[in-house]
Amino acid sequence: MNIIVCIKRVPLTQEVDLEIDDTGKKIKEDALAYVINDWDNYAIEAAVQLQEALGGDVTAVTIGCEDDEEVLRRALAMGADRAIRIDPGNLTPDGYLNARILAKSISELDYDLILTGVQSEDQNTGMVGIMLAEQLGLAHAAITNGLEPDDGAAKVRVELEGGIDEVSRVQLPALLTIQTGINEPRYVSIMGIRKAKKKELKVMSLEELGFTAEDLTPQTRIEEVFLPPETEGAEMIEGNPAEMAETIIRIMGEKGVTV
Amino acid sequence: MGDIFVIAEHRNGEIRDITFEMLQKAGALAQDLSCNVSAVLLAGPNESFSSDLSKWADRVLVFEDERLKTYNSDLYTGILTALVREQQPFLTLVGHTSWGLDYAPALAVRTGFPLATDVNDILLEDGRPQVIRQMYGGKLFSRVSFEQSEGYMITVRPGVFQVDTAGDKTGTVVSQNLPEDLQSPRREFLEFEETAAGDVDITQADLLVSVGRGVGEADNISAVQELADLLGGTLSCSRPVVDKNWLPKYHQVGTSGKSVKPKVYLALGISGAFQHVAGITGADCVIAVNKDKKAPIFRVADYGIADDLFTVVEALKGKVKSA
Repeated sequence: MNIIVCIKRVPLTQEVDLEIDDTGKKIKEDALAYVINDWDNYAIEAAVQLQEALGGDVTAVTIGCEDDEEVLRRALAMGADRAIRIDPGNLTPDGYLNARILAKSISELDYDLILTGVQSEDQNTGMVGIMLAEQLGLAHAAITNGLEPDDGAAKVRVELEGGIDEVSRVQLPALLTIQTGINEPRYVSIMGIRKAKKKELKVMSLEELGFTAEDLTPQTRIEEVFLPPETEGAEMIEGNPAEMAETIIRIMGEKGVTV
Repeated sequence: MGDIFVIAEHRNGEIRDITFEMLQKAGALAQDLSCNVSAVLLAGPNESFSSDLSKWADRVLVFEDERLKTYNSDLYTGILTALVREQQPFLTLVGHTSWGLDYAPALAVRTGFPLATDVNDILLEDGRPQVIRQMYGGKLFSRVSFEQSEGYMITVRPGVFQVDTAGDKTGTVVSQNLPEDLQSPRREFLEFEETAAGDVDITQADLLVSVGRGVGEADNISAVQELADLLGGTLSCSRPVVDKNWLPKYHQVGTSGKSVKPKVYLALGISGAFQHVAGITGADCVIAVNKDKKAPIFRVADYGIADDLFTVVEALKGKVKSA
């Protein structure tokens, strides 16, 4: 089974104070650390597990700058066979453009299954995978948390609201967006990443894919970004640990929870 | 001007709340735009949802077919593409739910209408919609505009538009024919499965001691379990803890887990993703402890402590033991 997995490098923003840059349309990204998008990490693991069970190739694809190759090398170290980076140049694609660019780069490849994460940690749109499926004319399933190949099809489990999974059968080739928790992504060592440097990593420009500037008009634009109001919300409890604990127990008592 | 379409979502014979939340917002937008609201229902034969919807819409467009008893990607995308092409709605609203996420992007590609997802608010700017949405797990908001188009598509986050009036419309129910060239589905529904059943029932607890990603590693869970036991509470958690197999799914609070209604919800190291917060709206009092003073959880908590969760856990244990 040949599998393509689309991945992205994202800034780590938990426990970080975000600052807005001078354009007012994005955050200052320079000072942030970058990691593999969490959902994509599970997608890579799912691809590699299928390959280990069934044979075939895994190709990892990303759209990004040279620094973003870090996540491709990581995917190669996890077991992918080759990687492709599409360099967007000065373009900042929206979800729709990301899907179009990926579709063009994938359309010539041989595959049975395409995996993406459900969404990215930065934009949180959740649209790229399914738009990509539609551009390629593939069957799809979003929010997959279980996956079992089954005679030219895949039995997939998708997560619905309220602790319910929906089980369905999807004809291959298909695209599945992968939910966190579907597997346990393997540990990647520095040695593993070093070894993976021998594997093929191809870089392509938008021109090489046959795009012209007119082709690449985004459908949505961020007009401004803003931080949520800080003053709103919780009444903050201050003091030393013992005092804070006492306050919590007092509040619990007021709410009818006695210890 | 074209209508505002609201695509109804139903499961197991019930219209889901998001449908009415979208209809409420659509009604307000339709007043500003002087246009009509159409609810669009894809359902099994004689499921009789249309009378509920007609209170909220000027028209209810109904497609009935045995195969539409439950959701199907290919059928929804195929039927709605034909309908949108024919009727050219100005705005199409879909729930930002598991199913909405499964077909809205495909529908946008097929119709060529631009799409914004997981939207918290819809504004009108020179007669064109703009949306407010969150990024970086709720740490940043953005205002997003669309490329000029005949129509626009939006998936709406559940719970952001309150249904505060009873529907007072008497919309006409219009039966629709399925498109003749509808492709046969490539995906076949097999079954629903309950995943959150287990030994502990977090929905009945008065006190939930809930732990999130901030707990760091599996071995640290026991310290929080001890605290829950000392306080007479029940241990619950957010999604990352289940994803990492640190606790079984029946402990999980949130959209894909359980909705809870304790007297006190003590959130330890939980950042407050909207999927989690949606599960604690029934809590009487939320006390959040998180190192990150800008964590979104503090926007919904009643009380907050910006500190290491273990500092607070140990202090609470000490307090209870000495009492």
